[in-house]
Amino acid sequence: MREPFLWVEYRVASKLEYLGECCLVITVGEALIRCLEKEGVELVFGYPGGAILPVYDALYNAKKIKHVLVRHEQGAVHAANGYARATGRVGVCFATSGPGATNLVSGIATAYMDSIPVVLFTGQVPTSQVGTDAFQEVDITGITMPITKHNFLVKEPATVPAVVKKAFYLARSGRPGPVLIDLPRDVSSAVIRFSYPEKVELKGYKPTYRGHPTQIAQAAKLIAKANRPVILAGGGVVSSGATPELVKLAETIAAPVACTLMGLGGFPGDHPFFLGMAGLHGTRYANLAITNADLLIGLGVRFADRVTGSPARFAPHAQIIHVDIDPAEIGKNVKPYLPIVGDVKQVLEALLPQVVKREGGEWLETIAGYKRDFPLTYNREEGFKPQYVIERLSSLTGGESIVVTDVGQHQMWVAQYYCFKYPRTLVTSGGLGCMGYGLPAAIGVKLGRPEKQVLLVSGDGSFQMMMPELGTLVEQGLDVKIFILNNRRLGMVRQLQEFYCDKRYSAVDFGFCPDFAALAGVYGIAGYTVETAAQFDGVVEDALAREGPVLVNCLIDPGENVLPMVLAGRGLDEAVS
Amino acid sequence: MRHTLAVLVENNPGVLARVAGLFRRRGFNIESLTVGETEDPAVSRMTIVVEGDDRVLEQVTKQLRKLIEVLKVQDITKEEHVDRELVLVKVNAEPARRAEIIQIVEIFRAHIVDIGRKTLIVEVTGDEGKVRALVNALEPFGIRELVRTGKVAMLRGTKDIATNSKEAE
Ligand SMILES: Cc1ncc(C[n+]2csc(CCOP(=O)(O)OP(=O)(O)O)c2C)c(N)n1
Ligand SMILES: [Mg+2]
Repeated sequence: MREPFLWVEYRVASKLEYLGECCLVITVGEALIRCLEKEGVELVFGYPGGAILPVYDALYNAKKIKHVLVRHEQGAVHAANGYARATGRVGVCFATSGPGATNLVSGIATAYMDSIPVVLFTGQVPTSQVGTDAFQEVDITGITMPITKHNFLVKEPATVPAVVKKAFYLARSGRPGPVLIDLPRDVSSAVIRFSYPEKVELKGYKPTYRGHPTQIAQAAKLIAKANRPVILAGGGVVSSGATPELVKLAETIAAPVACTLMGLGGFPGDHPFFLGMAGLHGTRYANLAITNADLLIGLGVRFADRVTGSPARFAPHAQIIHVDIDPAEIGKNVKPYLPIVGDVKQVLEALLPQVVKREGGEWLETIAGYKRDFPLTYNREEGFKPQYVIERLSSLTGGESIVVTDVGQHQMWVAQYYCFKYPRTLVTSGGLGCMGYGLPAAIGVKLGRPEKQVLLVSGDGSFQMMMPELGTLVEQGLDVKIFILNNRRLGMVRQLQEFYCDKRYSAVDFGFCPDFAALAGVYGIAGYTVETAAQFDGVVEDALAREGPVLVNCLIDPGENVLPMVLAGRGLDEAVS
Repeated sequence: MRHTLAVLVENNPGVLARVAGLFRRRGFNIESLTVGETEDPAVSRMTIVVEGDDRVLEQVTKQLRKLIEVLKVQDITKEEHVDRELVLVKVNAEPARRAEIIQIVEIFRAHIVDIGRKTLIVEVTGDEGKVRALVNALEPFGIRELVRTGKVAMLRGTKDIATNSKEAE
């Protein structure tokens, strides 16, 4: 590193400590730790380096904050994401400048796409060197502008506490999301008079939580008139904690409920009104219900392309009520008949007293018919099927576990076949579909909810992306049960090639795949390999019951596809199954 | 259709990059964008001219409002407003043809702000129509360079674009 680091000066400064109650003179690094303590942060995931030394030096004395040293910065942000999703709190990450910061990028985009509250601190080269292409300098605020809710490059040391306060407020309020604070090294080693602001001032940021009363009244009227209502519940139901209100609404108006991938768990999977997941790999009955509905109530959804199929053919007979906290989501993909901007929970609280009880009658019978005629199913006769694995896990855990997934076919099988009973029990990368999310996210989940059983369902491809985080898992002594649905290939891409590229399988088969069970052994994790349903049945209970982490390498039928599947450009009712 | 947006933003470094990045990323077309400090030095004002149908415009305004440092967005296209642009035009002007140019400049109430041996720089302020007409009139002489500020716009009368807060949806 080129510039001499002013250790001495900074060391001396940190000894200044108290000059009376109201004026604590400390370094920005130390101030930062105090800010985190004030925000109630107990856990930080990170990876150090030169530019963030002052922060790590301050961390050395921190008593209330535990730091988890990961193996890759992407692991840190995914872990913070998993922690945030499982607990509803803000996840926190530290990384150094340059490569540390760029390693965060996929993780930041993952959190952004799924609206997960994460606050990230990156080191930066000293302000005097910013813009000179200094060693390990990257413009991380520039890079992350489109994938953060907001970011800050702090140049004025005294503003750090206020910036941290803003960052936490922004991350968790309104539509949550990641917020990044870039701290040049001279800033984090500067000495300031510390005080943590009580209030945040953000003139341009006023999220709307309460829905407009006239629109809510109109929603009640539309509901009263509807004959075939369907509710589509998204991630907003989970993040706003609106499950009890949603159940009440569904039961009062006798409306079946479909969930998006992000919404799974937001409505109990064992409820008779539950339709499962809607969309490209959704259940036929969820998609048929949406297609034939005359009223579609979208709650905390963004009508993403994975859910709508061809937007022109989406819910063609329905008046759409769209409730979301982000005004920009309304009308973006699907034009609603009635928009309501607000927090799903608060909107439902206001709506519920106004809705009149409806009898399900014919519509519920029609839905029952869809379920009977187009069930979610697979070939149970031959081979070791991935769906079977998920079904077994679902029944053995009774839906009481938190399930973390990676990205690919296995993720869709989890979404289809695991019965999620409670919010925050499915932790998966929805919007970005970021392979490698699973293992580090599971680490964050287990650290956040140690009392819960945590399952990770991964794929052989995804698992290898963040495999080094096994080290973190073991070091932290985390009891995560890992199931790899190993088809020896990038199954989801292969499936796409089967349908769209005339079975020209290009770069989807691994020429080499490690023996995952043996690999687990290297890390001191109990490993199993199973090739048949019978073998699986023989070990699964033991694997779930034993103390500590286990890895079950399931050599599933590699030819299995995720069905149903709505092909590109098709309507939801035209799925291949 | 073209829309004129008046946008108030916090006067922070990087805010222009955020706005410009947003337009690029979402595929919105900026025709012109001007920015400068307002009566309140903590606030800058942008005038953005953007092309798009109602649906695009709805997204543009909503996405702009979503930026934390954006304080206010108003589409003033359909409201009574004044808009102006300043343009400098360097034209070929051999001594023999200068009188003709000066006459045109006077008709348009423009100004000559530089006289070279073979060139004149004409400064014109006005709305689009006036600027276009003047440029057309100068074309035959040979335009060597043209630079424009982009449009600035303001509502007429007592209607202001105030910095109070983002209007609720
Ligand atoms: C980081 C990243 N790279 C590429 C992709 C594209 N992709 C989507 S699914 C998939 C295959 C995943 O393979 P695996 O983890 O083995 O899961 P499977 O589909 O076989 O269950 C790929 C490559 C992605 N989603 N994320
Ligand atoms: Mg695979």
